[in-house]
Amino acid sequence: MAKNVKVYSTPTCPYCKMLKNFLQEKNIPFTDYDVSTDRNALIEMKQKSGQLAVPVIDIDGKIIIGFDKEVIFKELGL
Amino acid sequence: MKLYDLIIIGAGPAGITATIYAARKKMDFPVISKDIGGQAALSSDIQNYTGYQFITGPELAQKFREHLEQFKIELKEGEKVTLVKKEGEIIEVKTDKGKYETKTVVIASGRVPRKLGVKGEDEFKNRGVTCCATCDAPLFADMDVAVIGGGNAALDAVLQLIKIAKKIYLLDIASSLRADPIMVEKAKQSEKVTIYNNTKVKEIYGTNFVQGIKIEREGKTENLPVEGVFVEIGSVPASEFIQEVQKNEIGEIMVNCKCETNISGIYAAGDVTNVPAKQIIVACGEGAKAVLSAFDYLSKKK
Repeated sequence: MAKNVKVYSTPTCPYCKMLKNFLQEKNIPFTDYDVSTDRNALIEMKQKSGQLAVPVIDIDGKIIIGFDKEVIFKELGL
Repeated sequence: MKLYDLIIIGAGPAGITATIYAARKKMDFPVISKDIGGQAALSSDIQNYTGYQFITGPELAQKFREHLEQFKIELKEGEKVTLVKKEGEIIEVKTDKGKYETKTVVIASGRVPRKLGVKGEDEFKNRGVTCCATCDAPLFADMDVAVIGGGNAALDAVLQLIKIAKKIYLLDIASSLRADPIMVEKAKQSEKVTIYNNTKVKEIYGTNFVQGIKIEREGKTENLPVEGVFVEIGSVPASEFIQEVQKNEIGEIMVNCKCETNISGIYAAGDVTNVPAKQIIVACGEGAKAVLSAFDYLSKKK
């Protein structure tokens, strides 16, 4: 079953672009929240991750901070 | 334990070019790097890389990766080298995940952001303290923030933040800003920006997130309530994992025009070395040279 994947990002952040490119390459559907304009998403990200840095990825409730490929691979079951 | 021909440390412009050359020479080697693209991946615009009039850092890093993937490479991504040491004829490379042995090594580990070295800096990293203004500036909408530094990177952060933050303190340890006057003028024109010269950061404090910084200026210590701290005080060579090679006074690995260090079999390339121009295209060329030197050294030994 497809996992529920959320990405919290900003338009200027290179690691966010890398992360989103990676997910697209692997054909993983995800919802992208632009935390530079979406205040609610920013608050949600801060609460979930305990951090103020992007990108943050939420895979079925598991929070990964930064573009940590190895961990993301594992969580997605790739 | 397996004995490699070569180990390449780092996958920025120097490391990736080294990899392409080593792959074409059919050498037996892994590449160990915490990321792909290095500092180049974080550049916003690149306008001086031959063949591209304009390309962004992430795009160039992606092209580097595609070129790399033309070859079957043993890529150890996300692994951090902790020690490089030569014992007899064998070079030992230790990482946070394992240990490797090789006949030659190319160190292309680049540079990392310089740290302030104050209390709270590590504790509040990514919880208000950031060293990537390009990435994280938009998270500080309507907040008070401080930018530490006085060079172009610091001013670049200030100019990005003017559109986002409520109030911006620019704190510089020197008596005048080193950045280009055109940027300084722009910053001064904004009423959001307060510039403090001759100012030292003593501590970053908070609970879950940053609540402020303790600064020293005009002989007095004061607390500055801010929620964001952007540290933009330059970079240092990532050369701390090797002790034996000769380095200059700022920690750069000394190399000759063949990228040789003072230890045979150990080569270095790019921004981690004392090569004068810290440019993507220079780093690429140095990476190529380093591998060709290593290849030459191995063929003469056989």
